[in-house]
Amino acid sequence: MNAGKNRAAATPSLLIKGGQLIDPAARIDAPMDVLLKDGRVAEVAAPGQIKGSADETFDARGLVVAPGFIDLHVHLREPGQTHKETIASGTAAAAAGGFTSVCTMPNTIPVVDSVEWIEWLRQPEREALVNVFGIAAATMGSKGVALTDFRALQTAGAIAVTDDGKPILDDAIMREALVLGGELNFPVVQHAEDTRLTEGCSMHAGAQSFRLGLRGMTAAAEASIIERDVVLAMQIPNARLHVAHLSTADALKSVRRAKRAKARVTMEVTPHHFVLTDEDMRDYDSNYKMNPPLRSASDLEALLVALADGTVDAIATDHAPHAAHEKDMEFERAAFGITGLETALALGITRLHREKHIPLSRIVELFTAGPARCFDLRGRGSLARGSVADVTIFDPKKKWTFEAAKSHSKSKNTPFDGWQMTGKVRATIVGGKIVYAD
Amino acid sequence: MNPARGSLLGIEGLEASEILKLLKFARSMNPDKPRRLLKGKRVLLLFYESSTRTRSSFEIAAKSLGAHTVLIQAVGSSIEKGESLLDTGYTVRAVGADIIVIRHPNAGAPHVMARHIDVPIINAGDGLHEHPSQALLDAFTILRNKKTLKGLQVTIVGDIFHSRVARSACHLLSKFGAKITLCGPPELVPDIAITLAPGIRGTRHMEDGLRGADVVMLLRVQKERLAGLRIDLSEYVARYQMNTARLKMAKKDAIVMHPGPIIRGLELTSEVADGPQARILEEVRNGVPTRMAILARAMGKMR
Repeated sequence: MNAGKNRAAATPSLLIKGGQLIDPAARIDAPMDVLLKDGRVAEVAAPGQIKGSADETFDARGLVVAPGFIDLHVHLREPGQTHKETIASGTAAAAAGGFTSVCTMPNTIPVVDSVEWIEWLRQPEREALVNVFGIAAATMGSKGVALTDFRALQTAGAIAVTDDGKPILDDAIMREALVLGGELNFPVVQHAEDTRLTEGCSMHAGAQSFRLGLRGMTAAAEASIIERDVVLAMQIPNARLHVAHLSTADALKSVRRAKRAKARVTMEVTPHHFVLTDEDMRDYDSNYKMNPPLRSASDLEALLVALADGTVDAIATDHAPHAAHEKDMEFERAAFGITGLETALALGITRLHREKHIPLSRIVELFTAGPARCFDLRGRGSLARGSVADVTIFDPKKKWTFEAAKSHSKSKNTPFDGWQMTGKVRATIVGGKIVYAD
Repeated sequence: MNPARGSLLGIEGLEASEILKLLKFARSMNPDKPRRLLKGKRVLLLFYESSTRTRSSFEIAAKSLGAHTVLIQAVGSSIEKGESLLDTGYTVRAVGADIIVIRHPNAGAPHVMARHIDVPIINAGDGLHEHPSQALLDAFTILRNKKTLKGLQVTIVGDIFHSRVARSACHLLSKFGAKITLCGPPELVPDIAITLAPGIRGTRHMEDGLRGADVVMLLRVQKERLAGLRIDLSEYVARYQMNTARLKMAKKDAIVMHPGPIIRGLELTSEVADGPQARILEEVRNGVPTRMAILARAMGKMR
């Protein structure tokens, strides 16, 4: 019904004037005006050069105009766990964070392992405010035993497969997934954790976990899985491996090797892994508990290098909402995960740009062209003429304080409550329509 | 919310001066000469794990000060029905608890409780993390036998990794300049253990660990944990059991301590457990005045 109405009342054309266009895919970092029409980018031209009129104008003076941000890794919790998040609330948070597209993980109740559920995710009744791309389970029920129907899922619109929340542990199953994925040009996303080594663990294994009396996940439990997967990806023709939330220096070495060998291996890093370390957790605050856990300072340093030098393909939030009663409890029993959609850009600008002097255009790339490439999101990740009219407009200099209580997400489990940060989203435009404005 | 004044969550966060005050106050406590400092107060003992020494000792300490005590154990309470830690905390607060003493299998459980409940929380052992009242009674015991903690050579033998007693002891002894040696196999004494506090070293050999020791602290061997780590019990006994011959490697006047429960024939022989250098039962005795001091401090009665 909604879709029908939208077709009837066409989105008005929108001229974005006076902004600094940063479109890394098109190698543009210059003052440019952008005209959006009929859900597409109609024209990109030097300031004042776009002829003809638009229905509406957006004054972007002092602001950066970028392709719409893409988050490869969010948990919208639907179907099944609507007390944590819904597609409506999660995409509202995404819009407020500047994301025009989010890829939602299948570890829901039930697991999204069928065509029916992939289609369900995109029904208008879900009231998504931004584009939602479904990632399907790689194995039935994410039990790690039998592969799902990759071909049917891909045809139904799934953009990748994963058993996220859990690894695809079995060697034979992982090989089979990469072989089939290679034939279909379908990325297999790995949550790299050798769960045989991490039972009962709630944080990174190191001095801090020893001091706190918490069992720690070793870096090796991540790195060993990545190493195996990289070896497989280098052997299997056309295999596409995407490493989710990579967090350790050792795992990074494997990915670098794969990339040098021109294997089709991509990777993402979360904001919390480039901002916080295991030493930051205080008083058993489970807002610092996530999986993979906050790592050591040297792991963080290695991630910063890889973010700067192009090894990292995407910043992804791993937005993982949980209700208060699932977090405010014994640290070891509390749920893993933190929210992240509304703080990602500001953490990127504050930590990577202002403190580490990584150019703004590289940060924009990590939110746009990079993730679009990982999952082949055609027409997205760039504002070249003819692209989908998904645009993120932000003020790279605006200082602001994040207040979890005011988050659009249903859940408030974040370690960044009360943080002062730089860089604020001003408008989020999906298909030519402004869905968020500040 | 900050923990209520008088809470005792761990040794790590305590100032050395505060520890000294507590120990001095403990010396003025005597369960045989009750002082009704906590007259009419209610001490809730919330035990999520089994305990003999700690529980009875806190209970006697509280009663010696004139307080009422209520014991709640996981088995036989609403905890069994799935009540959350915080809801149990709110409930015991609502029935009128003035102090909550909590033992819990998860590290940090008392800290979570202290964030939400506005009465003093006393940590009676949280997972692998800390056991502050044990460290205090051990310091109390050491100071009854040795002049000072400064420069004292303390060797802790055994399963440091799984021991909250060891962590609390290390923090306390380090604050007073003791020289601490952790002795055991890598599975039980990981290299990272020496980063816990200043003045800690590690060794794999008893000969090395015991040389010059003034105090030898033994820890219980937890058979099920050794199995998980694939450590051979007989090998452990051969390498690390405290026997009369090994004890001779320490200083002549060295004392032997153990937080209990002891397993004879495993971490120590009966000759050592019952020998003249053992202070194991003295530790238990000293637990009562130490915990009287902890409870009185919790109610602002430490003078």
